[in-house]
Amino acid sequence: MRFLTVLPIALPMATAIVCLFLREHARAQRIACAAGATLHLSVAVTLLCRVHAKGIQVVQAGSWPAPHGISFVADLFSAIMVVLTGIIGLAVALYSVRSIDNARVSLGYYPLLQVLLMGVSGAFLTGDIFNMYVWFEVLLISSFVLLSLGGGKAQIEGAIKYVVLNLISSAFFVAAVAVLYGLTGTLNLADLSRVAESRALEGSLTLPAILFMFAFGIKAAIFPLYFWLPASYHTPPPAVAALFAGLLTKVGVYALVRVFTLVFVHDVGVTHGILLVSAMVTMVLGVLGAAAGRDVRRILSFHIISQVGYMVLGLALYTPLALAGTVFYIAHHILVKANLFLVGGLIQRAGGSYDLKRLGGLSSSHPWLAALFLIPALSLAGLPPLSGFYAKLTLLAAGLQSGEYLAVAVALVVGLLTLYSMIKIWQEAFWKPVPADAAAVTPGVTVHRVLPVAALALMTVLIGVCVGPLYALSREAGDQLMDRRAYVIAVLGEGR
Amino acid sequence: MGAWVPVVIGVLYATGFYLMMRRSIVRMIMGLVLLSHGTNLLIFVSGGLRDVVPIIEVGARAPSRPTADPLAQAMILTAIVISFAVLAFALVLAYRSYENIGSDDVDELRAEEP
Repeated sequence: MRFLTVLPIALPMATAIVCLFLREHARAQRIACAAGATLHLSVAVTLLCRVHAKGIQVVQAGSWPAPHGISFVADLFSAIMVVLTGIIGLAVALYSVRSIDNARVSLGYYPLLQVLLMGVSGAFLTGDIFNMYVWFEVLLISSFVLLSLGGGKAQIEGAIKYVVLNLISSAFFVAAVAVLYGLTGTLNLADLSRVAESRALEGSLTLPAILFMFAFGIKAAIFPLYFWLPASYHTPPPAVAALFAGLLTKVGVYALVRVFTLVFVHDVGVTHGILLVSAMVTMVLGVLGAAAGRDVRRILSFHIISQVGYMVLGLALYTPLALAGTVFYIAHHILVKANLFLVGGLIQRAGGSYDLKRLGGLSSSHPWLAALFLIPALSLAGLPPLSGFYAKLTLLAAGLQSGEYLAVAVALVVGLLTLYSMIKIWQEAFWKPVPADAAAVTPGVTVHRVLPVAALALMTVLIGVCVGPLYALSREAGDQLMDRRAYVIAVLGEGR
Repeated sequence: MGAWVPVVIGVLYATGFYLMMRRSIVRMIMGLVLLSHGTNLLIFVSGGLRDVVPIIEVGARAPSRPTADPLAQAMILTAIVISFAVLAFALVLAYRSYENIGSDDVDELRAEEP
């Protein structure tokens, strides 16, 4: 069962290959992709159970001993992220069945979707910094194509901004790896963590730390590096947008958490201090952008930025409770945000437009849609008893514990503004009478679209109602992230 | 050899950033090309500049003298392959956008942003 750790990477690749062979058969591809996503999710859950029961799981690629070969490491945080990848992958695969047209499918939509899932899982599971760069490129190139696939002017425009900013980020990522390698002579994350503790390197590691912060900051969309996100995330079809909104920025957050808990902890005052300021500004500016928006998808895009601020806040506080808050927040956010983008797609189906001015009267014409919107929307704003409430509560408790009262105040105010912008969508799209210039509606809200949305909404409610298990898991993951020694021993063996 | 490499890297970075701040999409992509070349050279330097090939002689268990670092070159090779693929995609995207929008100017990319 050693291979269980790499199965979440191998399975999407196999599914992608199967989909490529079925190139001419759209229907068969849809079935293969959904089946592959189901398998991926079940493997991910098995991996999480195993990591939870037996501790950190490590596979050395090609059986090369640890610092020389490439290690794949699944600790609790990685395993949780892979499970979330599986959930979103399955939800998007189901939602795509009816919402992605045959033209896009024949251009390779499903293989690309699976390659993206492979890249994301690989980035979560690798224990090698250069290998992480390779996985980032795998997920980036497939996301480039997914973003621009079959699109007109708007999609091409969004894609250019997205591609250029991400290429700059990748260049800095490699530069940071180069500097780090020049300083330490190793690329294995566990070995880096061990070497970084030596006195000789003190101080000089701050340069690669800032380079990594810049590279991952662009991917995670933190202040002042988030401008590409609201310019591109609203252009692709809702299934693709949900996948991007749920997973891709969170890969950046994951990478930030990984390197700033495992490697760069020698100068917490500087690095985590910068992250703290950046997190606060990110929260505020993101939510202000959302409050000013008039388009459902753009409002939701700005909310991603604001929410990333909360996750980075947990990392910046750097206590076990705060990191547990970050893990919990990421889990909650991925489910809710992907769900909201899918609901956005349903709103467009039901109301004919994404523009709030041209929407209206959905609460009387589609009452079930109103319920499906309200659950993730209120959860995003952090209202009890939904998942977002406990995610925010954990972070706020951690903030109070560390004495960062300003950050706590900012987080509370931003929560209120989030509620405001969600209420704005509610009032405009659902309560307002149908406007005179309402767009023409194309009927076709099918069960394939509603099922994943309802399932994700149910998960949000379930996390809120029985919060205990996920909270306990996040606490364990947080403790594990703070315990670098255990990670190093698991990868390199005793005596290092 | 060591002294001029950092200068070349600096010039590549500076030219790359200058080109990326232009409004033309093609120049922006050329800037990215230069940026990735600069980064590849940076990896090269980070491995240490030694002109001894990393070959272990027959019978020996380790090279007798300090050699050039093969891992840095393997990384450069990976980075070159990846940036080649990605930049090829970026060029095609630029061409598609020229077809769609009829301009190479980034200021024209405003259809979706108020």
